[in-house]
Amino acid sequence: MKTLLKQLQESAVLQMIVLTLYIVTTSLSLYLAEKSVTAFLLLLLSLLLLYYTSFSVKIKWAVGLLVMIVLLPFAASAGSAYESYMEVATLVGMYVAMALGLNIVVGFTGLLDLGFVAFFAVGAYTYGIFATGQAQNFMPFGDYPLAGESFWMFLVIGGLIAALFGVLLGIPVLRVKGDYLAIVTLGFGEIIRIVFNNLDKPVNITNGAMGLSSIQAPSLFGLTLNNSSQFYFVVIAILLFVILAVRRLEHSKIGRSWKAVRENEIAAQAMGINLVRTKLLAFAIGASFSGMMGVVFAGKQAFIDPTSFTLMESITILVMVILGGMGSVPGVILGAAIMTILNLQVLTELTNWLNQLSQSGALTVPEALSPAKMQRFIFGGILILFAIYRPQGLIPAKNPVFNEAELKGRAKAELVEKAEDKVFRS
Amino acid sequence: MAILHVSNLTKRFGGVVAAKGISMTVEKGSITAVIGPNGAGKTTFFNMITGVYRPDEGEILLQNEPLVGLKAHDIAKCGISRTFQNIRLFGSMTVLENVMVGLHNHVKGGLFGTLLNLPSIRREEKEAQKEAYRLLEYVGLAQFLNEEAQNLSYGAQRRLELARALAAKPKVLLLDEPAAGMNPKETKELTELIYCVRKEFDVTVLLIEHDMKLVMEISEHIIVLDHGEKIAEGGPYDIRSNPKVIEAYLGKSALAQ
Repeated sequence: MKTLLKQLQESAVLQMIVLTLYIVTTSLSLYLAEKSVTAFLLLLLSLLLLYYTSFSVKIKWAVGLLVMIVLLPFAASAGSAYESYMEVATLVGMYVAMALGLNIVVGFTGLLDLGFVAFFAVGAYTYGIFATGQAQNFMPFGDYPLAGESFWMFLVIGGLIAALFGVLLGIPVLRVKGDYLAIVTLGFGEIIRIVFNNLDKPVNITNGAMGLSSIQAPSLFGLTLNNSSQFYFVVIAILLFVILAVRRLEHSKIGRSWKAVRENEIAAQAMGINLVRTKLLAFAIGASFSGMMGVVFAGKQAFIDPTSFTLMESITILVMVILGGMGSVPGVILGAAIMTILNLQVLTELTNWLNQLSQSGALTVPEALSPAKMQRFIFGGILILFAIYRPQGLIPAKNPVFNEAELKGRAKAELVEKAEDKVFRS
Repeated sequence: MAILHVSNLTKRFGGVVAAKGISMTVEKGSITAVIGPNGAGKTTFFNMITGVYRPDEGEILLQNEPLVGLKAHDIAKCGISRTFQNIRLFGSMTVLENVMVGLHNHVKGGLFGTLLNLPSIRREEKEAQKEAYRLLEYVGLAQFLNEEAQNLSYGAQRRLELARALAAKPKVLLLDEPAAGMNPKETKELTELIYCVRKEFDVTVLLIEHDMKLVMEISEHIIVLDHGEKIAEGGPYDIRSNPKVIEAYLGKSALAQ
């Protein structure tokens, strides 16, 4: 057994065979089974296995995209629970994007933000107000609700407005640090929710606690999107953009200045890093990811009200980041996926199963103890366990590894290049 | 030619006057030492020059450009770079990344260029890596490039701070107790390194140091602070025999003997 595992670790071909077998088996079982949450989760797990293989980055992405875009929707489409699977997958994607946004603020820049859901709310309301008749109450021109085609434009606008709110939040809170920052951002999150809750007078902008209903469904070339299975692809597209952006920023000058600020503010300043600008940029970019997902959320649910944007949501996203590993992109993706699935699938399935048991009389579980109601207890438990046993998270953050030989050799290579340049010019 | 000119610099913390009307001139290309007993206001003086504190009174001129009122990062941009008394590295970043942060002002790396992964940005990034690596070679840390900075030994951390400060391509380099906690051999190496740095990077060095052997050997000009005031100034030989300095360090009775 041990030698087999060792062989598996060393040989990429063997890994490919095992992974293919695994993906085929889980896809088939998901396809054939009428309703199997286990098969669905196991198929998702293949993405994690893929992460640990020793393939090149390009192959990993290609296989990952194949699984996400083709296999998962196709295999799930056979059963009756298609829409519910896609709903879960869509929500996972949305939370992953938000957690990646929060990771920039908390993980990279080291600013504890407890009001992150506010930006999600800003994005959702940006689309919600203009895609319902609500905008007529205060906009002097234009015809509302806007058509579903405007959704795509609002993805950008929602992101920008959320970024603007990120900057607005950032300017006052940058004076405080640590615990104080957490309290101020918590307050900001609550303020945004309460403002949305009360902004129905004197001018009715958000329709208050009643919320905004029958928000226009997005449409693309005449096709109206109103199923989770369609939104899934929208979310995947945005998520890919978000992952790409985070990856590129992480190892750039900007990412380095975020981390430098996290590690030591005074030294970062002494190296010429503008603290205010660097922190504001982190807030703005993190917020914009959340804002974009807010727009998707409003378009998908067709109904939003302030109760969707409570402190609990902010904390859930923060738990995702901490569980996965602060500052670690793959870790945060994993953390967000686990938390969302735990919340939506595992807990509900457990509750259903217990209900069945108690109905058949085998076991009586009081209503108050049903797993779906123990969400906070479970999240709290996870946080404590991780703080004690694995503070760096599921997949700890990794530093970039530079190739010494390449850096050494480049001095020579450059001379050759310059010589070539001269030849070309002459 | 004077590169840094400080006049009448004063800083109060509540009732404590940490710097009282300090004036001095640093010649371009010189090595100048600031010495004094603990609590004399040396680090406060450095912090005012680098913009960590804003002086209550006085003026700081770098090549006739006023620095008072500028933010720390702007002062860094003007060409003043420093190391810290209690090492301030970016602990969980790699050694090479630490130096690359030092190159911050010399890398453009705009937001949209980075998001689009433009070839110019990639080229610039490679350049920065190479330059950082060269600096690591210079201070003898090249083999640790992928280590986390916090895992380095104490002496190596000090050298890394120096490499990071040099990466900013400063005109004036401020070293706050560079030899603190070093053994005699390391101190000797450091002395040579500072000499080399001045010559090869064409910088003016201003340093705070308690190691008198190092100070006397390396510096061309010495400024002595005590209780926030400048009590003496001059070459190593003058300072050694200055009664005020002896008094500040050893007490009045030392003079009587």
